Amino acid sequence: MTNSPLQTLPDAQLAPMQRAYAEAQAAKNLRLAAMFIAFVIALVLSADVTELNPVKLWERRGELLDYFNHLAHLENGAWVISDPVEWFWNLKGWSLLLLETIVMSYVGTLTGAAVAFVLCFVASTNITQNPLTRAAARRAMEILRTVPDLVFALIFVEAFGLGPMAGVLALALHTSGALGKQFFELVENIDPKPMDGILASGGSKLHAIRFAVLPQIIAGLASYTVLRFEINVREASVLGYVGAGGIGFKLLEAIRKFYYSDISAILVMLMLTVFAIEISMSYARAKFLPEPGTTR
Amino acid sequence: MKLRRPELFPNLAKIQAEHSVMFRAQTQERYRHIAIAAAMLVALLLGYGFLGFTPLRFINGLVRFGAILARMMPPSPGSWEHFWLYMDALAQTLGLALIGVFGSALIALPLALLAARNVTGSQILHIILRRLFDMIRTIDRFIWALIFVRAVGLGPFAGALALLVSNIGTLGKVFSETIEATDQKPVEGVLSSGGTGTTALRFGIIPQAIPVITGQLLYYFESDTRSATIIGIVGAGGIGLTLYEEIRTLEWTHVAFLLIMIVITVALIDILSAYLRRTLARG
Repeated sequence: MTNSPLQTLPDAQLAPMQRAYAEAQAAKNLRLAAMFIAFVIALVLSADVTELNPVKLWERRGELLDYFNHLAHLENGAWVISDPVEWFWNLKGWSLLLLETIVMSYVGTLTGAAVAFVLCFVASTNITQNPLTRAAARRAMEILRTVPDLVFALIFVEAFGLGPMAGVLALALHTSGALGKQFFELVENIDPKPMDGILASGGSKLHAIRFAVLPQIIAGLASYTVLRFEINVREASVLGYVGAGGIGFKLLEAIRKFYYSDISAILVMLMLTVFAIEISMSYARAKFLPEPGTTR
Repeated sequence: MKLRRPELFPNLAKIQAEHSVMFRAQTQERYRHIAIAAAMLVALLLGYGFLGFTPLRFINGLVRFGAILARMMPPSPGSWEHFWLYMDALAQTLGLALIGVFGSALIALPLALLAARNVTGSQILHIILRRLFDMIRTIDRFIWALIFVRAVGLGPFAGALALLVSNIGTLGKVFSETIEATDQKPVEGVLSSGGTGTTALRFGIIPQAIPVITGQLLYYFESDTRSATIIGIVGAGGIGLTLYEEIRTLEWTHVAFLLIMIVITVALIDILSAYLRRTLARG
């Protein structure tokens, strides 16, 4: 350091600064270490309550591998790929159920989006003045978002009977909460000037929403809704488990009754469907819509 | 006094005639939007029909749902014994979520590094691993739970495995995207001053990726708490099994109590993770 061409402070001045730096560093490291230890303790506790331990996993490796091995074989022991016709013996029935799954998510998503569209204005600071109304709308959306759609489906199956109706309503409710939050964040982040202009020139609040808010958020609304549709296709695929319609019912039956090749066939079809929807939707979004969050 | 609307364009007809193309384009676009909206609406109505919605069924269902809501009041666990049982199940749910996210992060992070093009420079690894992540991701975690329950038996062990595996798909994809989105300049800086590939990774990429990844982990912890509440329905541990049994036996006051417990827990985790994110952002 002494023969460095750089100018440095004299030691007397430098020492306290170095000490302060070391102390700040030590405090930061201590805080990080404390968080890390708390985290490890939490992880160990979790491993304990979930009965997850590597030894058990290692002992059970045979069963696990066996199961996946079964999935790849037909009833007669041949590889599934050797006889696709036998593997996909129920192609027509499964395709129909997949169609039902997609229609369920389409209807559920749009219905939920319609509810969210109304709720988002009620929850926004720049549209609704009454803080109590706003808080009520936000809490309602929070609860709808928190309760998983499968739980709604369980309850709706009791009320609306078995079938896709219960599933659609469950999807719609959960969607209205999830989209409502994203929608109202869009509304809160608009440029207020067009709205001021309309209100100042005597327009009503509905005019302001139609001509000032809507043009700014419409692209974002569409983008979020399309994203939610993709998510809902996946969610709808399991609703059948509780009897709320879609392919999940057949999948459950196959898993319960150990029809191994059926399980893998349905899973493959499901994967292809989800892939196809994801690819076409991301194409549609890239072509027609800007990224969510950007306003026009 | 009568206010008169000012004539903004007294020569509107002339303007329209001169710039007919502009005016026509507007109407055309408007018609296209209306057509798309109408098509979507028709599809929606057809969808309702296809799924067997009828007004009568809907109203009947609503009435029954109203009755269920009425029977949910007042929410109560029934007895203290039940309450502690619920708390136990809730603790298991949280454990599942924690193990599911952070345990799988330990596996997903190395895989994500291998899948990131700016780390390995390998297009083949990138494609193979990304496809693997996608395949795991397309299968809902609920289905993973079903499969693991069959493979290793009932209990939280199956649930933990299901969340671990399905999160590898989600986290692997998100992490590798984050790593690929890092700025290349610090890496060039390290390399040009004589650093090796490993030091470039350690001092060029990791410091940029870690804060983002931490935020993502906290976000997925929240969303996994929600998933962990439902995988119990198939017997894979957590509060879902309790909830399922109470709904099956139509103990609606217990159901309402459980739902309130879940909502409060998720809200608390929301607050905690927002706090942690702020703390970590400050360093």
